Amino acid sequence: MFQSDSNISRKKPTYFREHQEALYKSLEDKHATVEVDHSDPLATRMTLNMGPQHPATHGVLRVLMELDGEVITKCRLDTGYLHRGIEKMAENKTYQEFMPYTDRMDYLSPYSNNVALCLAVEKIANMEIPERATYIRMICCELSRISSHLLWLGTMIMDAGALSFFLWTFREREKLYDIFDEVAGHRFTVSHSRIGGVNNDFTPVAEEKIRKFIREFPDELKGWHKILDRNRIFVDRNNGVGAIGHVEGIAIGLAGPSLRATGIAYDIRTFEPYMLYDQMDFMVPTRTEGDNLARYYCRMEEMAESVRIIEQCFEKMPKKGPIRVDDAKKSYPSKDEVYYSMEGLIHDFMMTDTGICPPAGAECYHAIEAPKGELGFYIQSDGTGHPWRLKINSPSFSNLQGLETILDGEMVADTVVVIGGLDPVMGDSDK
Amino acid sequence: MNIEIRDNLLQDIREFMGEDLLEMNLEYTHPLLRIKRDRLHDACRFLKNTLHFIYLNEIIGTDRFTSEDRFEVIYHLISLRNRQRLFLKVRVEEEYPVLPTVTDFWKSANWNEREVFDMFGIRFEGHPDLRRIFLPEDFKYYPLRKEFPLLGVPGSLEMPNTTPDHD
Repeated sequence: MFQSDSNISRKKPTYFREHQEALYKSLEDKHATVEVDHSDPLATRMTLNMGPQHPATHGVLRVLMELDGEVITKCRLDTGYLHRGIEKMAENKTYQEFMPYTDRMDYLSPYSNNVALCLAVEKIANMEIPERATYIRMICCELSRISSHLLWLGTMIMDAGALSFFLWTFREREKLYDIFDEVAGHRFTVSHSRIGGVNNDFTPVAEEKIRKFIREFPDELKGWHKILDRNRIFVDRNNGVGAIGHVEGIAIGLAGPSLRATGIAYDIRTFEPYMLYDQMDFMVPTRTEGDNLARYYCRMEEMAESVRIIEQCFEKMPKKGPIRVDDAKKSYPSKDEVYYSMEGLIHDFMMTDTGICPPAGAECYHAIEAPKGELGFYIQSDGTGHPWRLKINSPSFSNLQGLETILDGEMVADTVVVIGGLDPVMGDSDK
Repeated sequence: MNIEIRDNLLQDIREFMGEDLLEMNLEYTHPLLRIKRDRLHDACRFLKNTLHFIYLNEIIGTDRFTSEDRFEVIYHLISLRNRQRLFLKVRVEEEYPVLPTVTDFWKSANWNEREVFDMFGIRFEGHPDLRRIFLPEDFKYYPLRKEFPLLGVPGSLEMPNTTPDHD
């Protein structure tokens, strides 16, 4: 099976033999209507395996391609190398216990994942969140969007051949890490949001740091636009690469900026406003070309919009107020209560042991616009503190599915750029 | 979400499905509809072509762990024109867990159906490429079924040698 008609001998993969054979067979079967040319005297056709350990695949993505010269005739993706079964784990944890796991899904924007889970649980348990907590969540979500897009920008341009950009975007990301460190106490996996609010309020230092960041960041962004927008090499490398139309984009279920780059303004923040996004004034950037350059513009403009949203949040945010629901049956009591009152301690214990119990038989779905697209949680409750079933609708999964179609007919050298442009995170896709 | 548009859509679906619409749940704004298994293909065609639910976002599998109609498959559909979400459910028997594929309506069902197959062992008839998506083909269990132990089944997968020269 692995010996194709060319006489290059290949070493057969040793492990998961059935899996390997099924995968290679599937590649051969794809578009079965296309007639396979067995003559091929010049042996230009070959099967190329890329990954899972390939630095440009952004994690452990494996791409199997059949090439005709330099053109990819068809490709298959093999995912699951980072499958940890977090949906199974969720069924054996309380809702709050599960939250640190969500940090590790899309590990480039942990705050969005926390908020997505919290909103879904709050929806199924019918909870109202204090206003200040919602604003804190929104600000941090937008910061994590910027952080995620910064990493995308650095790596995508690195994939396209410019290394120094990575350092510049990471300098900005470092500032964001510092902010999250100040806000949540962790730089990377924050777990700051709580069901029923957030863990702690902004400290004055944190607020000052965020204000400083949003003051300075637009200038950085402008500089990057200056260096990239009219850069001949960058534009040639991305223009028309990995292009897909809006009909096909919907059909293959793209998500987030990749879908918006095809011309569909599908953004959950406006499609189905959650938190307080309906009170914010912002734009949903779209392009119609659907290629890598369009995705670049969408994401860059999104970062600018995020800054605008944060500014408005600071304007509208109540200066003082509770940051968590004051109902010990539904949310953790504050540490002050836990340490200094008996009831507080009991409630804290009960929250950890049993957790929130949504009504039996309830099931609901809630989605947020994570940096990479629609991130939704579908929860079925059986009345206990553990979800009966928790399904994660992850944007990277949807986007990677599209990649199989997008890569058909592209040049093999563009593979890494297209993957970089779609910005998949395997922790998110593989669950 | 516009409630009026939603109710109009639901009215259309009710008329189309008639008796075969078994359950309707509007508790959490998004409608959850359960239909008879035999009408799935029919309903999908109607939803896509007539009611414009052109975007299939995900397919959810669940294990109800009951003796009858054990599995539930939920199709998450979006109508961009009407700004509506819809969840369409069908139930499947444990003995014969087979459903018709919807990849002929929505291409994006491909990976989603593979995921449901991988996790619950529900087969989709007519799927172009029904392989496991996360776990290797060599794995013989369906991990999200309730009887599958949380710690996994020891020895169910051959693991690579940790020492070299054992090719």
